Amino acid sequence: MEIRQVLCTELEKMMTENENIVVIDADLSKPNGTFPLRKKFPERAFDVGIAEQNMASVAAGMSSYGFIPFITSFTPFASRRICDQIAISIAYAKQNVKIIGSDPGISAEFNGGTHMSMEDVGVLRSIPNLVIYEVVDANQFRQALPQIVAYDGPVYIRMFRKTIDDVFTDDKYQFDLFHADQLQEGKDVSIFCSGIMVQETIKANELLKAEGIEADIVSIHTVKPIDREAIVASAKKTGAVVTAENHNVIGGLRSAVSEVLCEECPTPLRAVGVKDQFGQVGKMPFLKEVYQMRAEDIVAAVKEVMTLKK
Amino acid sequence: MGDLNSICARVRENVITTIGTLGVGHIGGSLSIVDLLVVLYEKHMHVDPANPKMEGRDRLIVSKGHAGPAVYAMLAEKGFFDKSWLLTLNQSNTNLPSHCDMHRTPGIDMTTGSLGQGFSCAMGVAKASKIRRDGATIYTIIGDGESQEGQIWEAAMFAAQQKLDNVIAFTDYNNMQIDGNVDDICDIGPLADKWRAFGWNTIEVEDGHDVDAIDSAIVEAKQSDKPSMIILKTVKGKGVKFIEEMGYGNHSIPMTPELVEQALAEVRGTK
Repeated sequence: MEIRQVLCTELEKMMTENENIVVIDADLSKPNGTFPLRKKFPERAFDVGIAEQNMASVAAGMSSYGFIPFITSFTPFASRRICDQIAISIAYAKQNVKIIGSDPGISAEFNGGTHMSMEDVGVLRSIPNLVIYEVVDANQFRQALPQIVAYDGPVYIRMFRKTIDDVFTDDKYQFDLFHADQLQEGKDVSIFCSGIMVQETIKANELLKAEGIEADIVSIHTVKPIDREAIVASAKKTGAVVTAENHNVIGGLRSAVSEVLCEECPTPLRAVGVKDQFGQVGKMPFLKEVYQMRAEDIVAAVKEVMTLKK
Repeated sequence: MGDLNSICARVRENVITTIGTLGVGHIGGSLSIVDLLVVLYEKHMHVDPANPKMEGRDRLIVSKGHAGPAVYAMLAEKGFFDKSWLLTLNQSNTNLPSHCDMHRTPGIDMTTGSLGQGFSCAMGVAKASKIRRDGATIYTIIGDGESQEGQIWEAAMFAAQQKLDNVIAFTDYNNMQIDGNVDDICDIGPLADKWRAFGWNTIEVEDGHDVDAIDSAIVEAKQSDKPSMIILKTVKGKGVKFIEEMGYGNHSIPMTPELVEQALAEVRGTK
């Protein structure tokens, strides 16, 4: 199922049960899947037009009245475009606004460089009082949304919006917004991954297994506040770390993991992700190749970092 | 309304004392809106100083958040907190920061300071009140310089589209901003035409310090089925001659004890 369909279905359920939830779009409700909500909730699901700054501050005003607004846009317009509104109207003013940013990083594909946010996590991670979560798959997102609503405070939701391979297929999977998911135990190297790079890491894992490398794989869905214990435990076990993210390696997962490791247990690290470059048009396979974000790039990073182990 | 004028004088005294105790502050734009605040809180706002979070209350969002000292002076006058708080403006751990903060000051309905945002927040508050059907009126004050922010006009279109007739907004049109006169920097005129074109019921008040005229404009605005913008022609630093005469230089000025005494004497003379 497309992730945006999960968003719409779960919002519809939650809006039926909770009259405080509102959904505000800025002319991207169709790509983001929230358009159908308007029919059932004409008062609580509405569009501000192409005016993201107003959307963010309107949401803050509604939150001050006890509502729980979800605002939606593409990641660049849900982050860098409205950075000050997120910082001041929402985070500084302690408003309970949930920000959906879709098409993160290279997943904007044919919308190209203007629509590719390689920096949104980096920009937003330095704003206090903001939780930053990135969707991994449909099953996880289904569990995440009610927890995001239950959490009293602003949350940035970095959302791949189309169909993506399932990762969490086990019925017993229990999502926790503030705890990372251990996908596989291993002793040779730690791979901390997020977003679409979780699926890429799973592919890389098959190649690693064929070479006898046992990776400890941790999916970090919430980069802020980050699960420090999970990172330290894994790094201490393996002594070598690779991060894999669909974002600039400056400011995102690599930075967040490095901050923890430097303080708690300095460990050699190599990063897979966008190396301080802007985006461009293209389909995902092409873009993954250009920015060296393929499974084989993860494998190469693993091999390189393992040579640095003490 | 002689009585209202004497309250205006008292609130101006509060503003001068507040900024004077610290020795520096946004005095020009604070004195500019004192008369409006007095008319709002004495004649129109349905609020309870003993219960500042009362449900269904009218709300005031001062989007030109640097006018905090004027709002604090008014709130103290109404008893939202003790007047002794006014002496703590911008001091360490104060409840009265230079720009309005809803989590620090009883009676402040929105955190503001980054210009343009509070006005959008006010439209969100008005939309929320419409959904709750609680009958509240949402008042908001913007600066003329602030009207150069694009977000103001995003919010203006939104309010008209959403038929937010529960909004009564004010522009403090003193034609001054930090770097000069507004019409020399980036003219916002013809302002009334702009607001009308954006779908707002627009009322111009030639003397934005005339409490009767402000009151009449608010009464008229309440009858409208559109959001209302009341444009108040004001004087930055109103009520203290030497501050008025500084022109746009009075946005934020040092206030020595001598200047404070001089200003207080002048304001008291108007009682």
